[in-house]
Amino acid sequence: MDSSASRDGTVYTETIVHSPPEQYAADAPYQLAIIDIDGGSRLTVRILGREPHERAHIGDRVSFVEERNGVAYYRKSSVPSPAEEPSEMARVLV
Amino acid sequence: MRPVAIIGIGKTAFGAFPDRDLRSLAVEAVGHALKDANVSPPTVEAFYVGNFAGPSFVGQNHLAPYIGTAAGFEGIPCTRFEDACASSGSAFFHAWQSVAAGIYDVVVAAGVEKMTSQSTPRVTEILAGAGDMSGEGRAGATFPALFAMIARRHMQQYGTTREQLAAVSVKNHANGAKNPQAHMRKVITLEQALAGKPIAEPLTVYDCSLISDGAAAVVIVPAYQAQRYTSRSVRVLSVAQTSDHVALDSKQDITLFPAVKSAGAKAYEIASVGPEEIQLAELHDCFTIAEIVASEDLGFVPKGDGGPWAAAGCSAMNGRLPINTSGGLKSKGHPVGATGVGQICDVVMQLRGDAGERQVQRHQVGLAQNLGGSGATCVVTILRAA
Repeated sequence: MDSSASRDGTVYTETIVHSPPEQYAADAPYQLAIIDIDGGSRLTVRILGREPHERAHIGDRVSFVEERNGVAYYRKSSVPSPAEEPSEMARVLV
Repeated sequence: MRPVAIIGIGKTAFGAFPDRDLRSLAVEAVGHALKDANVSPPTVEAFYVGNFAGPSFVGQNHLAPYIGTAAGFEGIPCTRFEDACASSGSAFFHAWQSVAAGIYDVVVAAGVEKMTSQSTPRVTEILAGAGDMSGEGRAGATFPALFAMIARRHMQQYGTTREQLAAVSVKNHANGAKNPQAHMRKVITLEQALAGKPIAEPLTVYDCSLISDGAAAVVIVPAYQAQRYTSRSVRVLSVAQTSDHVALDSKQDITLFPAVKSAGAKAYEIASVGPEEIQLAELHDCFTIAEIVASEDLGFVPKGDGGPWAAAGCSAMNGRLPINTSGGLKSKGHPVGATGVGQICDVVMQLRGDAGERQVQRHQVGLAQNLGGSGATCVVTILRAA
């Protein structure tokens, strides 16, 4: 895999989804964002975390965490990495 | 191309009708339109019906002959059009082309959707299929989420506020409360709209259109034949359909819809009418932000001014340009496949002077704008009182 730095980006826009489609009912509420990845492409991704300080706003830097089932998961760059909070991935990713 | 006229319109009420099936709704709307046009079913030469997701909502495919035969059409071409929420706008565009091109003289364009038999999460999932399911859809982007992200960006770039979004909802509910065929005939206050349950932030339940059942239909003929059937025809000045990327993240600037801009530009050009000459409009307010963006993309206001313009009352019933006097998708309801032709019926009612309590004073030229997905299809129709 490429170094994760190459997949990092900046939030172009975002929302918190409270009314999910059936298949993601267990995830809600979850944050969705369109991000501008460093290098030029744009992608719709999930932002991990449910605490107010973990929420990413327009212009915030976000770091790539992992890809699961074709979905890219990111974390606001200024919050601790998942390695420091191993329990959270299980809670958020269901 | 021959000038085309609408000689009859028909709509069911929009709402939640547990006892009605998809076909009975469509047949009712077609029947009303034929009666209004003084046309008998055997006179009709082709049937074009818009429907987004009958197979997913009610398990029925092959809808056009399924409806057409029940409506009394015998052996004529019956075809279904699917362009998400612009499905019946698309059906109307193709019906108009066939008459304008001289292929047929009497054509019915209709739209129908039966949505309320499914749970909200299931409806949300089916509607998400109008987006790109390999990307945004897989990530969990519902339609409210896509338009919420458009709203966030619009707020960031132009200073649009929550209050301005809510003002669109308050206006459309005020209009819909006076429409006997609207789904939710309820006046709401700005405070209520602002305090609504969050659906996809910053959008609340009051920013979102309704999950509805319903159908609409129109009968069109070459304009020179209209007098044979009715003295109340309305002239179709232009219809334009355009397309763009399905995925929202494929767009450069999500605060505008290139397909809406180009459909509007084409429709204005063909009609030889400018945005300043439009006297009333039905815009595709699937979400409050969509009405604001459409009012900008169609040239009614400069880019970025749509929010303050709506909040100042310019698009209210007594404003400079009344928008969604029907109540819009927000209050009238949004049976997605029926919406495009439904909007055309609503504009025709105004142009004929038949809108009752909702009748606007200037009603010579009206516009309908039907949007599919997050802007991948747009159909703009300009109509003129005969």
